[in-house]
Parts: sequence; structure tokens; C-alpha cells
Amino acid sequence: MGVPGNMEFFIDPSRCIGCQACVQACSECDTHKGHAMIHLEYIDRSLSTQTAPVVCMHCDIPTCAEVCPADAIKRTADGVVQSARKPRCIACSNCVMACPFGVPKMQVEMELMMKCDMCYDRTSAGLKPMCATVCPSQALFFGTREELAELRPRSRPANTFHFGNQTITTKVNMLVPKGGGAASVNVIDAFDEEPVGMSISIDPLLAGMYVEDQRNAS
Amino acid sequence: MKREVMKAVAFGTVATIVVAFLIVAGSRNLAHFDAALVGYTFAVLFATFGIVYRYAMWLQRPPTALYWRRGWQMFLKRGHRRRNAAMWGVRMVKDVALNGFIRNRDLLRWAAHLLLMWGCILAFAITIPLVFGWLHFGTVTGRPGWYRAFLFGFPSFTFSTESAIGFIIFHGLVWASILVIGGVMLAVRRRVRDHGAAALERFGEDFLPLILLFGVSMTGLMLTVCYTWLDGYGYEFIAILHAITVIFTLLWLPFGKLFHVFQRMAQLGVSFYRDVGQREGLAPCRRCGVGYATSMHVADLIDVERTLGFDYAVADPRIGHYQHICPACRRKMLVLSQGRIWADERRGFDREGANRAGNLDTPN
Repeated sequence: MGVPGNMEFFIDPSRCIGCQACVQACSECDTHKGHAMIHLEYIDRSLSTQTAPVVCMHCDIPTCAEVCPADAIKRTADGVVQSARKPRCIACSNCVMACPFGVPKMQVEMELMMKCDMCYDRTSAGLKPMCATVCPSQALFFGTREELAELRPRSRPANTFHFGNQTITTKVNMLVPKGGGAASVNVIDAFDEEPVGMSISIDPLLAGMYVEDQRNAS
Repeated sequence: MKREVMKAVAFGTVATIVVAFLIVAGSRNLAHFDAALVGYTFAVLFATFGIVYRYAMWLQRPPTALYWRRGWQMFLKRGHRRRNAAMWGVRMVKDVALNGFIRNRDLLRWAAHLLLMWGCILAFAITIPLVFGWLHFGTVTGRPGWYRAFLFGFPSFTFSTESAIGFIIFHGLVWASILVIGGVMLAVRRRVRDHGAAALERFGEDFLPLILLFGVSMTGLMLTVCYTWLDGYGYEFIAILHAITVIFTLLWLPFGKLFHVFQRMAQLGVSFYRDVGQREGLAPCRRCGVGYATSMHVADLIDVERTLGFDYAVADPRIGHYQHICPACRRKMLVLSQGRIWADERRGFDREGANRAGNLDTPN
């Protein structure tokens, strides 16, 4: 049993309202009970309320697994990169430092790396991950591409990310404008990017909705 | 044959020859070798080859090779040796003997692991010297009912078979079996009741070792029951059954979950790498300026990633390599990069709208 092939995870951080529901729900998951694996933090609280929700993107060739000296991180046939195997993990933090998305968490007192495993106890049984189940703004969405197309007609999923010379493709998708020029996400471009401030006219938080309104109007 | 395979085969062969030599020497040219245990001996020799072969292959993976080398370098580094030696002692007790880190993961898992681990250590500590002929017992001249233990052929302590010491020694494997069976029961209980474990477990990786350990312990206990209370009824059959479970476990040792016993020691090397690295300084993130990892770790990871075929080099000289960005900033940059794409799209619409209408309305 694995995650059904037609069910996918879509993340749209621009819709995140920072409500922390995902964080609370995440810690309810049976595969990492009591520990929230999703990251939710302010970009820069002194400037903005913009928040950054990040789950494991489940890379096709996971850097975390490749750099693991103990061979503790396995990618299952359904494309989910699992948390470190408890008997093997030697708590070296290579995965924490190597993950281009900054996802794995080192539980120092347990000498164990834990990470988002897409709530494997749920998704492998046909349920949604906890975070996507409770997210009120659909910043985290788990479903079919057809459902997504109906809900977000002006968005499209991208699963290619550039980090300098390195390109990483992932199982989890990030939503970008459907008609836009960017087919992939260049993360380095955001090195100097400031968080969204008080001015709504430059607010990516609402940019998606605004773009959709403009398209509908034209 | 690939070079790393040849090296691993060579290491495995040498280790097997060394163990074979120790068996011959330790049993005084097989004088004290128990021929009835020859099956166990060959299983141990095979397991030795398999474990050393796999260990050697494992150590040749780029990240493992680096930690192996660095772990020893840091442990033996001048100026850190005394503190490292003290910490080695602390960690051997806290992490290895008492499994402190597993206790922090889960109490039930800890109890199960502690019972399994000490049960297996006790069993191996008794059977390996017996199987190899390193330990044997002889009668004491002029003292009926007394035994003398011989270690590597050298006479050592004596004890009465009727004494408490004698009872404890001759039932050593019974105590080991009780510990292992207790551990297996706790482990199985957790595996059948825990939804999280159920989602991830696999038969070969998680249940087979428990079945094997249970089989070894239970058939071993049956032997004791057989000769103590059943006048040896069915002893030969049970002895063969016990030998099959033990030999299968030994043969399977290099391939399955129990191999983690040998990998776990790498955790000590990692701890010295971390300790020394922290004393020598942290690398600041090139985006936020906060120290996030040891400078040595960052530099080593860049090398390892390159060896593995990853290229996270960044043309922007302020960054140089993506490894110089801390995990928190990586998450923020990911989110900001998506916002930037939407903002670019929006600016495009704004321009289009402005061109059409000659002005730009700000949405409410």
C-alpha cells in the first residue's frame, strides 16, 4: 500500500495566513506523534506578517538521502521520502544541512532526524495529510489535479526548483501563475527579496487572487 | 569486479582468516573445540565475512568515508584528546550501555531494546567463547562436584555445581533467553498496536529479526526444559531446531536490521566531529549572518555533494554555494521566490492594464 498515484500535494505559500492549524495538526500524526514536522515561520516579523509554511517536497533524487552516511533515509516506491530509520540514524545532521528546502529536523535529545513524511500512516491509507486537512486557506492542498484545476483555474503546479547550478524535481508541487513565464522556481532569485510589507499593491499574498480577477475581467 | 567490491572482499576474507586462526589458537589446536558445534562455527565464519564485507562497502560510500576519517581525526586531534576520552566514557555508558537516546524517543521502545540488547550480548558472550573452544569446563581433581573454567586453555576459577554461582553460570543462556523473549514481546506489542509503526514496518526488516530472536530463545529454553523436566525426551529434535534458528540468525546478521548493531558505533565518531567542530567555530549564514553549522561541516558537505554529483554552486559571489545558506533562510527563500513569481505576473498585468486604460487601478 502506498500513496495513490492520482493524489498529489500542492503548496501555495502565498495563501498562508499563519494560523498555525497545520502545525498543531501535524503533531497529531501517528508517524511522528507529538512532533510537528511542518515548518511555519515569519519571514521577518519586524517588517511583515508574511509566513512561510514548508513541508518536505519529496525530491525525486533526495539530497538528504544521498548524503546520509548511515543510509537511513529511504524513498518509497510511491515517491515519498521517509523519515530517518530509527535503528540507523546516527544524528550527524548531514541531511539537515544538505536539504535545499531546509526541511529535516534534528531531534537532539533523541539523536534522531525526523521530517515530514506526508503523514504516511494517513496518505498510504487514502487519507489526506493532517496539515492539508486543516488548512483553512488551501495554502496546503492534497487532492487530484482535476480538483486543483477546478479550485484554482489560474494556477498551475511547478515541481522544478533551481538552486544555483543544481536543479531539483519534486513530488510535491508549488503553485505558480498558469500563464506566466516561469515554468520552474529559481530560489536564488529571492536572495534579496524582502518580505511583503504593509502595501497591498505589492502584496504577493493577494497577487494570485488579483491576477485571477484581472483575467476574469479581461 | 569493481574496486570497492574487491576491497570489501579482501577485508572480509582477512577478517574471516583472523577469526579462524583465533579459533584454532584459542582452542589449543582444536583440542578443546566441541565438534558438535561445528555448524555454529561455520555460520559465525560466514557471518564474519558478511559483516566485514558489508561494513567495508558501507565505509566506502562518500559521506560515510568522510565521517569515518573525520571521526578518528577529531577524536585524536591534539588539544581535544583528554576531553574526547572523557566523553567517550560518558557516551559508552549513557548511549551504548543504557540506550539513553532511545529512552528519549519512547519508553516502551527503550525497554524493549534494552532487554533485547542485553539478552543478545549475554548470549553472545557465553556462546562465542564456547563455540570457538576459548572457554571450556573441566572437573577438579580430588573435588567431586566441582568444576574449573579454562579460558583459552588457561585454568581460571573453580565453583561447585551445586552452588548458586554454578546454577547462575550453567543457566546463563536461560537468563539471556528470558531477557530476549521479554524484549520481543514488548517490541511486537508496540508494532501491532502503534498505527505509525504499522504504516512503515516491513516484514523482512521489522518482524523477521523478532521472529528469529524469539525462535532462538524459545528453542534454547525448550532444551533446558527437555533435560531438566522431561528426561531428555525429544532432545535431539529440539537441538537440531535450535541449531537451525541460530545458524539462520547468524547467516542473516549481515543482511538485515541487526546490522545496525555494527553501524551504531559511528554515532560516537559523529559526536566527536560535532564537539570539536563547535569548539572551532560556526559558519555564518550568508543571508542572515547567524551561525548555523560548524565551518568544518559546511566545507565537508560541499565536498561530499560534489563527489555525489550534486552541484549547488551559485554564481552570485555573495553566496558562492547554496550550502552557505542556513536551513531557515532556505525555507524563506523558497517562499519568497514563489511570491516573486506571482508579483512578476501581477506586474505584467498591471502593465497590460495600464497600457489598455492609460492608468493603473489599485485593487481593494
